[in-house]
Amino acid sequence: MSGELKSMRDVFLERIHAAMKQHDDIFLVSDDFGSRVLDRIRADFDDRFINVGIAEQNCINVAAGLALEGFNVYAYGIACFMSMRSFEQIRVNVAMTSQLQPMNLNIVGVGAGMSYDVSGPSHHCLEDLTLLRLLPHVDLFSPSDWQTAARLADYSVAEGGPKYFRFDSKPTAAIYSPEDDIDLAVGFHELIRGEETCIVSTGYMTHVALKAAARADECVGVVDVFGLKPAHERPLYEALCGYDSIVTLEEGFIKRGGLDAMVGQILADHGSRAKLTRLGVDDRYLFDLGGREQLHRLCGIDEEGVLNAISRAVSA
Amino acid sequence: MRWSEGKDPARSLEALETKARWVRRETLRIHHLAPETRIASSLSDVEIFVALYYGGVLNFDPDVPRWEGRDRFIVSKGHGGVSLYPILADLGFFDRRHLARVCRAGSFLGAIPDMLIPGFETINGSLGQGLGVACGIARGLKRKRSAAGVYVLLGDGELYEGSVWEAVMFAAHHRLDNLVMIVDSNKKSMLGRCESILNLLPLEEKFARFGWEVAGVDGHEVHAVHEVLSRFKNSRQGRPKAVVANTIKGKGVPLLEQDALCHVRTLNGQETLAAMGEAE
Repeated sequence: MSGELKSMRDVFLERIHAAMKQHDDIFLVSDDFGSRVLDRIRADFDDRFINVGIAEQNCINVAAGLALEGFNVYAYGIACFMSMRSFEQIRVNVAMTSQLQPMNLNIVGVGAGMSYDVSGPSHHCLEDLTLLRLLPHVDLFSPSDWQTAARLADYSVAEGGPKYFRFDSKPTAAIYSPEDDIDLAVGFHELIRGEETCIVSTGYMTHVALKAAARADECVGVVDVFGLKPAHERPLYEALCGYDSIVTLEEGFIKRGGLDAMVGQILADHGSRAKLTRLGVDDRYLFDLGGREQLHRLCGIDEEGVLNAISRAVSA
Repeated sequence: MRWSEGKDPARSLEALETKARWVRRETLRIHHLAPETRIASSLSDVEIFVALYYGGVLNFDPDVPRWEGRDRFIVSKGHGGVSLYPILADLGFFDRRHLARVCRAGSFLGAIPDMLIPGFETINGSLGQGLGVACGIARGLKRKRSAAGVYVLLGDGELYEGSVWEAVMFAAHHRLDNLVMIVDSNKKSMLGRCESILNLLPLEEKFARFGWEVAGVDGHEVHAVHEVLSRFKNSRQGRPKAVVANTIKGKGVPLLEQDALCHVRTLNGQETLAAMGEAE
């Protein structure tokens, strides 16, 4: 892991800023949400930067209208509001519409999971993995580090179609290096090949998974899922083959439709007998303060919680 | 041939009125065959469609529905779009025989239109979304330096959706003078008169205060509708334009006109045939 902390949104927007210099068909539409790099985009491309105000529904609708006219559009805002306040706009004007007409529309939601930890449950985003997985045609990306976010930026410029990016709001260390051979199209990467147990994690939780794996007695595998949709079922199943125990780990609600549901379905459909343990938030909102690690502790998804789950599953 | 390139539209008052009568009758005929269609909502906007399509307001090419130079027309009150079907068939967007197959398996003409139908730009039915999408299209056309305009039809009940007002503010702030919003103000929503549900008035003043150029018009005086739409088509003065068309829900069918709950009213076969006689 590289020590340098960077925010996914700044790295992503730096690449988009560079792409806007080369491609004059890129628009960025924000719901009055900014970033350090966004200020540069605003200054350099004021004719292709649109701030709709705090109005997520209109953000998606305006972005969809631009995309219908053939532009490559980035709709940028806070993840919980972009995915939920404007869910129906995404459903009709992005998911449904793109079945009938190609459109390049990239929804960028910042503030995945509990990254707005002390802002309380209105700002936590525990539902978007489930919600976006519901919608046909919209690809869903949940990167774990800024290196992946950078690659996803290039990918979004090169590859058309609707996409939703779920970014952490806090600067994080890199997990990957530029030399790593990551296949963005396949949606996951095996970081550690383990023996009996494998943690399958997404987003920020891959950092927790790696720390827990480093402390475990046995050699625990770690698979980072950065692309949840489309799910590449066969390759993921093959990566998880041979493990007796699979632990899914996400900053999101479990037993609904998020990462755990995706992995559980893939294992079941392929006749896997591995034991599945789902770690995440179970059927409640978090009003507790004290920071992200405190929230993780309360949900049993901090390092200790993950290690306990691993030993429980192995001894069961 | 493109309508912008010389095909002679039926612009005379008499010709437009004749077309409106014909469209009303054809819409009733569709309702007779497909009772699932929202007939009352599809009768209040007839003159608006006739003025747009036969009055030379919209530029379009029935042979190439997605022709880049076309004016974009979004029917945001999708449930009232059934009366556009006979017009699009008449103009050659698709074969007239499709009109006998509305809502049937294999047809692209449903109770609510979507962009599978040649001539429709968007997926409709979820109210309050058309104006925002139209804003994005209008902004995109300006970026392309296109002369094409964007027209969007809303119902007055649709104005209850908050997303409409996000877009109303956006259009004025961004000086989208290539955008024309037409409100089919038929004064009735599903559960009765808008006045008693949640008062929308005064509408024209509201849009004017939001920075729009506004005109009110009797939505069933096709010549007046045509006059204001033509004027707005040619006016590009830094402001989006709103036409408040005062209409009657179920226009032309007394049973519907007099029923405050006509939104979901389905005419039976006999009533439809009688209404078609009245629409002659």
